[in-house]
Amino acid sequence: MFTVFIDQFWQLTISGIALGFIYVLIALGYTMVYGVLRMINFANSEIFMWGTFGAIVASRDLFGYDQTSEPAHGAKLALVLFVQLFASMAFAGITAVVVEFVAYRRLRAKGTNRLATLISAIGMSMVLSEVMRLLTASRPVGSPRILEKVILVEVWGAQIRLDTLITIVAAGAIFIILERFVKLSRMGKAIRAVSMNEDAAKLMGINLNRVITTTFLVGGLATGAAGFFYITVYEYTKFNIGFTMGLAAFTAAVIGGIGNIRGAFFGGVSLGLAEVYASAILGTQWKSVTIFIVLVLVLLFKPSGLFGEAVTQTRA
Amino acid sequence: MKNFNLRDFGAGIWERSNRYQRIAIVLLVITLAALLPFAGASFLATPVAAYDAVLVYPVAIFVLMSLGLNIVVGKSGMLDLGYVAFFAIGAYTNGLLSMHTGLNTWEIMPIGIGAAMFAGVLLGIPTLRLRGDYLAIVTLGFGEIIRIVALNVSWTNGPNGISGIQMPPPILGKEFALDDQKLFFWVVLVMILLTIWMIRRLTVRRPGRAWEAIRQDEDAAELMGVPTLKYKIWSFTLGAAIGGAAGVLYAAKNLFISPEMFTLNVSILILACVVFGGIGNIWGVILGGAILGYLPDRIRFISDARLLVFGLVLVVVMNFRPDGLLPRKKREKAIVKKGVNA
Repeated sequence: MFTVFIDQFWQLTISGIALGFIYVLIALGYTMVYGVLRMINFANSEIFMWGTFGAIVASRDLFGYDQTSEPAHGAKLALVLFVQLFASMAFAGITAVVVEFVAYRRLRAKGTNRLATLISAIGMSMVLSEVMRLLTASRPVGSPRILEKVILVEVWGAQIRLDTLITIVAAGAIFIILERFVKLSRMGKAIRAVSMNEDAAKLMGINLNRVITTTFLVGGLATGAAGFFYITVYEYTKFNIGFTMGLAAFTAAVIGGIGNIRGAFFGGVSLGLAEVYASAILGTQWKSVTIFIVLVLVLLFKPSGLFGEAVTQTRA
Repeated sequence: MKNFNLRDFGAGIWERSNRYQRIAIVLLVITLAALLPFAGASFLATPVAAYDAVLVYPVAIFVLMSLGLNIVVGKSGMLDLGYVAFFAIGAYTNGLLSMHTGLNTWEIMPIGIGAAMFAGVLLGIPTLRLRGDYLAIVTLGFGEIIRIVALNVSWTNGPNGISGIQMPPPILGKEFALDDQKLFFWVVLVMILLTIWMIRRLTVRRPGRAWEAIRQDEDAAELMGVPTLKYKIWSFTLGAAIGGAAGVLYAAKNLFISPEMFTLNVSILILACVVFGGIGNIWGVILGGAILGYLPDRIRFISDARLLVFGLVLVVVMNFRPDGLLPRKKREKAIVKKGVNA
């Protein structure tokens, strides 16, 4: 049981960190929206799923790659990857803005109860996943291999492959850019103001609708980038992959303290590691069970998350 | 729409009637419902599936589950997205017990309900302290976990499921048969009536008032001395019990169960029934369960896009009628003495 875990400890750690960085970006989608609306964006998992399809559409339809083509090299490789990343982020970002517009805006203006809004978001996430199911005829979609998965270095028996390295470096960079955006930019300041006190922010002349749309957009961009890295590492997607990834990323956001951007980082990485270790010890079929148990334990003993955010009671 | 309101119209008739007229109305409605299986030749006929089988599942069992979920979501305002877990627990209790012991469906029923309630308490105690959207995610996960466990452990036969579940024993000398499910429909109908009766009694008494208080403002309820956690667990457990009962009935009707019958979609569908009909209003919920259970079999041509349509319906209904087709009264009176003798 533990032999796999001990033998491959470093290999598992590397893939756990890569997976963790994907979780970090999806968790950002949850955390940003939660920060301003105090509401979980249920459709975020489907926004991620649409992001993965963005990457495939870019490589397959824009550059004409298919399952039999040779991987790209040099400048071409960088170009394709960049366009893929851009397409993923665009797909997911647009989806996120549409979700806000269709599922949230009208109800928010009406000031109806949270349940109605939540259910409207669930409806929207069903629509998103069903549209994709019908478009792909319920079949999994493989991504053409763009990036040759060369082994760069071997440390303590662990192979660091190119795709893992790109994921860790690029996802880390995107995380830092977004974190800086919220911390330093004028819009980021507005977002933080709304998340602290909506009414006061409105009185200070902040355009609430614009801030909320931007928040969904930024969260969607992060989630979409996660979709691109998912495609690069796993080279496959399906209309229903959002559910498990979404649940995991949400757990990551809760572990770090939802609404807390840096918390999402630590939550994502630690959950990625926990998931990979648990799969090695217990078997992959218990992966989601482990995630769920971690979530319940965190909510039970440290509901504010490791990095703080009071969540047990509704605030005014 | 502004002048005529079906719910107020119905409530008006009810409130103007005296005791005997009310008994007559109740008997009339029950008789009409009981005669439903004979209406198969009319415009109600379902093109592909057998009409009386459709009436049992999905229609009647959906109505039963919607009533159960309504206690949790509608009455006390907690969003449970893993209701299928209790349905699965009931169904698997029936499957496993009928495989390993000689118990029949009616003997298994209380055990199935008990197992579901136990799971409800077990899940409720840690999670019901959380606020709404957290509860939603945790229950969502729980529903999936039950399915994954059923899929991966050996004693449930994994993906192969459990076949050869016993047919329920005859009632009053009438045998259950696969090709004639009228009797089964009547059994579920009796369960539905019992559930309605139970909910109506509870609603006008202390638990019902506590749930209403919790739904409107949990903090205020707590300050007024309502033991909120206790009543939330009660509500959750009662909902679980009804889900478990529906699961036992479903396994007895289908005679075969497998994990893929208990996916997240079932939870969402039942929630859609509750929301679509009118959260919190028993009659609205029954209407929602009946319509959403029946419609896909009536119009097979959209059955592939069924969930897509459901999603759209959820978004549209929530945006334009946030309280559903037959919404509850705007201000439910806390104590309606007259309504007690329903």
